[in-house]
Amino acid sequence: MSEREGQEAGQESPVESLTTQHLRKQFPEDILDVKHWRNETTIVLRPAALVAACRFLRDDPELQFDFLSSVTGVDRMQLPDCSPRFEVVYHLYSLHTKRRVRLKVRVDEGEAVPSLTEVWPAANWHEREVFDLFGVPFTGHPDLRRILMPEDWEGHPLRKDYPVQATPKWWEEEPA
Amino acid sequence: MTETKGMTLNMGPQHPSTHGVLRLLLELDGEVVLRCTPHIGYLHTGIEKGLESKRFQQGIPLTDRLDYLAPLSNNLVLVLAIEKALGITVPERAQTIRVLLTELTRINSHLVWLGTHALDLGAMSVFLYCFREREQILDMYEAVSGQRMMSSYFRVGGLLADLPPGFEQQVEEFLATFPSRVAEYEALLTTNPLWRQRTVGIGAIKAADAIALGLSGPSLRACGVAYDVRKAQPYCGYERYEFDVPQGRVGDVYDRYTVRMEELKQSHRIVTQALHRLQPGPINVADPKLVPPPRRLLKTSMEALIHHFKLYSEGFQVPAGEVYQPIESPKGELGVYLVTDGSNRPYRVHYRAPSFVNLQALPRMVEGRLVADVVAVIGSLDIVLGEIDR
Repeated sequence: MSEREGQEAGQESPVESLTTQHLRKQFPEDILDVKHWRNETTIVLRPAALVAACRFLRDDPELQFDFLSSVTGVDRMQLPDCSPRFEVVYHLYSLHTKRRVRLKVRVDEGEAVPSLTEVWPAANWHEREVFDLFGVPFTGHPDLRRILMPEDWEGHPLRKDYPVQATPKWWEEEPA
Repeated sequence: MTETKGMTLNMGPQHPSTHGVLRLLLELDGEVVLRCTPHIGYLHTGIEKGLESKRFQQGIPLTDRLDYLAPLSNNLVLVLAIEKALGITVPERAQTIRVLLTELTRINSHLVWLGTHALDLGAMSVFLYCFREREQILDMYEAVSGQRMMSSYFRVGGLLADLPPGFEQQVEEFLATFPSRVAEYEALLTTNPLWRQRTVGIGAIKAADAIALGLSGPSLRACGVAYDVRKAQPYCGYERYEFDVPQGRVGDVYDRYTVRMEELKQSHRIVTQALHRLQPGPINVADPKLVPPPRRLLKTSMEALIHHFKLYSEGFQVPAGEVYQPIESPKGELGVYLVTDGSNRPYRVHYRAPSFVNLQALPRMVEGRLVADVVAVIGSLDIVLGEIDR
């Protein structure tokens, strides 16, 4: 498997994986960064190119990434390189070639990410979860509501500035 | 002709056949479901958030509470992800014990599924039989970890402790009787006309739709897609075990039933092989920075005392990076996406919970069918709300 060529921590592999090569050929302007670590490939994309790139990865006869494994978010607030603040992370898998790849897009507070529900219906609940817990909106999502937290909940629990132990304040106490 | 009006029925969150606190909003025309909208989150406990504030080893007991019918699978996936980020591999014996216990966990989880699924559809005695065998497996959990359900037995770098004396015999006794017990369940259900009426042709989904919806585990294999992480991306040495990946054809409730029944037998095969493979040897990596020293050394070795103190007061650091580790849990592809920042705590842990993704396919399976079929389809998806809501 070509993904296995990435070796030591932080180093880019001398030969890029097939997935990266194909994607680079098709979207030369939209790949912001490629990383290999522990035999895994991470490709950072421009948000505007996300849907087209995913469609390409799914339909390309050599790659056939037909299975959207998961979508999640990371609040990079406390990491060294923290702008833009949010990262939406997609794990794709191919049932045919048994390859995996990780795609990422980075956005700042309030910026939206295009929804992948048109490419994989599986993205629906995943994206609702990211919206709910990180407050990242998705454009083109058919049903963008909170999913785990109550509808009237304030704040987004998985953000790093959201306290781990906090009691929601439902009312103001009257002075004695 | 009198005109009929549609009705909205609220099923759950306290409905026994929703297997936990799942709430479904059913829009009905008579007994036919027009629209089904699942509402989840009633069991949200912020486990992913909690893991961020705990040191790597401290987080493991939290993961038992995700899929509480398969606690060891949840332990395993987190431990494997951390080990991947550390770049270590555990010794042979630890790997074999991990395989042995996660396969027993699969049997345990499938037994609860079978018992409750059959109970939902009115076959009451199956439930009692399944819990009889499950008891044997819980006894084994108790023998290795002291806990019947929340075992937290797998640790980064190996295991909590070696197997207790007499454990192999305990497993052998279970293996000797289990095939005849599976035959008993099958005698009660497989060709039973009532069972077949409630399951054949119900809640079918095509393979292409199932893949697009991200279905995994027995629910996907019932559609005829042979995707099993143990074969596709082996971990813990699964490539050295002989077992088949059972598949269905049409992906209805009955196929999901036959696939899981076959998996019970395959897991029995794997446990038998693992038991034969068990050789004496170390159960932890030889790195005192990751694994606590033996208790007896603490009174004689200064080094051991320091390592012990550092490990329990500070934990260990994991190099900065990110990994995704999938395993085949009883429910499907269970994955952990771990982001580390070089400190002694995970920066972000995401559980790719198979029940969460599989439940998304429920409306597709039940719309246009009868209310009674909703119960059959939920049972056949084998969801656990602890894992869905996290």
